[in-house]
Amino acid sequence: MQAVNASPSGEPVTVPELEVVNDFSIHVATVNGSGSQSSNLVLLRALFEMGIPVSGKNLFPSNIAGLPTWYTIRANKFGFTGRKKEVDFLVAMNAQTAHEDVQALEPGRAVVYDEPLGLDALRDDLCFYPVPFDPITAAVCPQPKLRKLVRNMVYDGVLAALLDIEMEEIRKGIERQFSTKPKAAELNWNAAQAGFDWTRQNLVKRDPYRLTRMDGNKGKIIVEGNAAAALGAVFGGVSVITWYPITPSSSLAEAAQGYLNRFRTDESTGKATFAVVQAEDELASIGMAIGAGWAGARAMTTTAGPGVSLMSEFVGLAHFAEIPVVLIDVQRMGPSTGLPTRTSQGDFLSAATLSHGDTFHPMLIPATPEECFEFGAKAFDVAERLQAPVFLMLDLDLGMNYWTANKFDYPDWDIDRGKVLSEQDVERLQGDWGRYRDVDGDGIAYRTIPGNRHPQAAYFARGTGHDEDANYSEREDDWIRNMDRIQKKMAGARKWLPEPVIEDGPKARVALVAAGTSHEAVREARSQLRLEYGFETAYCRVRGWPFSHATEEFIADHDHVYVVDQNRDGQLRTLLRRQFPAIHDHLRSVCYYGGMPLDARTITDAIVEREGL
Amino acid sequence: MSTATATRVKAPVSNRIGLGLEPYRGLKTTLCAGCGHNSISERIVECFFEMGIDPTQVIKLSGIGCSSKSPAYFLSMSHGFNSVHGRMPAVATGAVLANKQLMALGVSGDGDTASIGLGQFVHMMRRNVPVIYIIEDNGCYGLTKGQFSATANLGSTAKSGIANELPPIDTCGLAVQLGATFVARSFSGDKKQLQSIIKAALAHRGTAVLDVVSPCVTFNDHVGSTKSYKYVRENKVPLQSIGFVPHFEEIHLQGEFAPGTVYEVEMHDGSMLRLEKLEEDYDPTSRLKALDRIELATEEGQILTGVLYVSTDQPSFTEILNLDDVPLAQLGQDRLRPPKSALDTVMEELA
Repeated sequence: MQAVNASPSGEPVTVPELEVVNDFSIHVATVNGSGSQSSNLVLLRALFEMGIPVSGKNLFPSNIAGLPTWYTIRANKFGFTGRKKEVDFLVAMNAQTAHEDVQALEPGRAVVYDEPLGLDALRDDLCFYPVPFDPITAAVCPQPKLRKLVRNMVYDGVLAALLDIEMEEIRKGIERQFSTKPKAAELNWNAAQAGFDWTRQNLVKRDPYRLTRMDGNKGKIIVEGNAAAALGAVFGGVSVITWYPITPSSSLAEAAQGYLNRFRTDESTGKATFAVVQAEDELASIGMAIGAGWAGARAMTTTAGPGVSLMSEFVGLAHFAEIPVVLIDVQRMGPSTGLPTRTSQGDFLSAATLSHGDTFHPMLIPATPEECFEFGAKAFDVAERLQAPVFLMLDLDLGMNYWTANKFDYPDWDIDRGKVLSEQDVERLQGDWGRYRDVDGDGIAYRTIPGNRHPQAAYFARGTGHDEDANYSEREDDWIRNMDRIQKKMAGARKWLPEPVIEDGPKARVALVAAGTSHEAVREARSQLRLEYGFETAYCRVRGWPFSHATEEFIADHDHVYVVDQNRDGQLRTLLRRQFPAIHDHLRSVCYYGGMPLDARTITDAIVEREGL
Repeated sequence: MSTATATRVKAPVSNRIGLGLEPYRGLKTTLCAGCGHNSISERIVECFFEMGIDPTQVIKLSGIGCSSKSPAYFLSMSHGFNSVHGRMPAVATGAVLANKQLMALGVSGDGDTASIGLGQFVHMMRRNVPVIYIIEDNGCYGLTKGQFSATANLGSTAKSGIANELPPIDTCGLAVQLGATFVARSFSGDKKQLQSIIKAALAHRGTAVLDVVSPCVTFNDHVGSTKSYKYVRENKVPLQSIGFVPHFEEIHLQGEFAPGTVYEVEMHDGSMLRLEKLEEDYDPTSRLKALDRIELATEEGQILTGVLYVSTDQPSFTEILNLDDVPLAQLGQDRLRPPKSALDTVMEELA
């Protein structure tokens, strides 16, 4: 039996299954609230420092403590760090799920488990490593109260011994994790070392998995998408953030607050060049952001699906009164409260046309932390150019999980406030201007900002019908002219949105279209299709809506185009069909909606079946 | 009698910043003839003019309803925002964050405030956002033809004769309880008192809630209504005779006051609010007293008017947030975008 390693360079690499090096998944099952996050981050960090491309995904419940939680680490020397569907190396610390977790494994996989669970009786085709965690912990942690907290660090040592993780990197990871608590760092290090020593003395390695230092992370960082988007907003010049706590977006607003406190507090006066307000609900958070956008701030709010639903009326107002505001939607699984801690791309349709009447809201859709940063900054320019609400669509997988990324590039463009008339501009026009006049023929009118001291600068913003000079009007011709102008404005939005990333080849007659975090899975699925089935595919990753003409041409050029969606109803495909009705018969759907980060195998299997490979 | 600029009948040709009355006016009202809201609009025009406030530095905001239409009828040189139903407080809060130098005037109604908008109303007060919040309170929904609002009194009847079976929400009681720092109630038909109160609110920095009972001549001005012109005239109980001396005028006392009969408050801009006590025990700086008296008024069917509560030593929301002296809206790229070294630092930390 030979294991085939998918290589992005296109050449299959075969190695004997005796050893699987830097290409497997580690799945840690613990109890929520047991302090396992620290152990998992130390583990992730150690692999990262060893130069191995790696990702860590937290599969957690909506719960403070007590319910089962999993942490899944993907190490892959080829840089495929999407979730791996199969678990290779299980760490079973949770009695509630241990049996089910073990039964789900493929033969030949490895299990480290807490000895009293007696899991080795369940199957005879796995490599079992029983570890007496309690006695090992007790020996290095005299205080019984603290044992629960350091117990999980023992498995880091066990894994280091079994998988050849460098203990020096574990030590550095612990020091980093507990940088402000030297006593805790020492205690945890002792626990990890005890796990390592016990394993070396008592266990014989029988599984094929091993890690070894490589050079895959040069110049890279580890970051969550939420922190990346927060940084993007900060360097994009955000000045007002109003938000309401909701998983999975809360950490974005909190990260932004932290960075703003550091970098946007005036050194001489100690005063803030920003305002961050935790509002009383999402109605208020979007309302404040709209008020701030109207009055000239670079304003944004962060939320998730239920919050987007609550913001519906206000977003319609901002669309129609033409007020710039950025909404960051970190998508989670709906409808309703749904699976609040699971990922999804279920808000594409609701965000795109949120609110009643004819509405249209451009979206930027990042797939990586680098794009979270870049689009997080650029979204403000797009919103101010368009004078409209603009959505930045993350999801829980991107936002809350740790990703390896290249260092972010400092913005090389100037902040763009769009069409704003100053006092001098109004004077030059001798006051002859109208808030909703299409002077330039692009549908985008000029605005003044409250506080403009020119006596003729003021206008009246409203959600009711208005004429070109912002006067109240119920006239049929005024209404239609205004709606048509807004439509023209939005048709021009695509030139400011990120272009799709297209990978095409002469042999590919079948293609994939995806957005956001589907990217990691699609990348790997294409490699699987090539290496396992000799099947070439083309790929278009859309990064903004409305879609670019390049996307339309791409779809037209391919016989079958599989649109990958992380929702049940194919929302991305629906948007494509809506914008490109002439070519809708090219489109097929691959939909995954189970709440886990999308994996490559799910896509590969679907295409293999549909294409009869 | 105390001094009161409100007693001036004729406005001078121009005010202290050289503007005539015209820039303070707005479009012709489209509300019903005799609507209390029109009187309030007139008082706003007069007060902003007389106080010499630069209308370009004012923003006027509203929600939805008859009251919320009225910002079109005053201050034509000010930016305006007619937002969504019950959500003006959020919009006003955001606008004030963007530019703390602007004077924000919010106009709302009793439905817009106490029914659909109650959530935002209370949180605005809790934050002490510097906004003058006028509730044009007629106890009913005019635009949708006369349904009761949440400020309608128990037993007050609709035009159809149906009696309201639920107790009212007292917006002033709420405001006092939740942290508003200037709370007053007045009557659209009491020109002098309303002028003094609006001027005092203009001198205040913090949330100023003005509940102005403003009868709806079309749907709620009949016998049996507790928000009719007749009922309000007969049942209003002024707490004080209110005088206001703006900061740019010399303060000189008129008349003699017995000790303890006058309450004087120096407002944030240096103006002087002089409250000549009509109820000996009433202390407008005591939350407890105010709440007690408001409850009593409700029990006795009185419409208590005057300055119910004032506090000038609470920080406003923009002060709590320690905002830069330059309005956030006016910051340039040099102050909005941190230097490259800042990003480098973060990248090093994440590497």
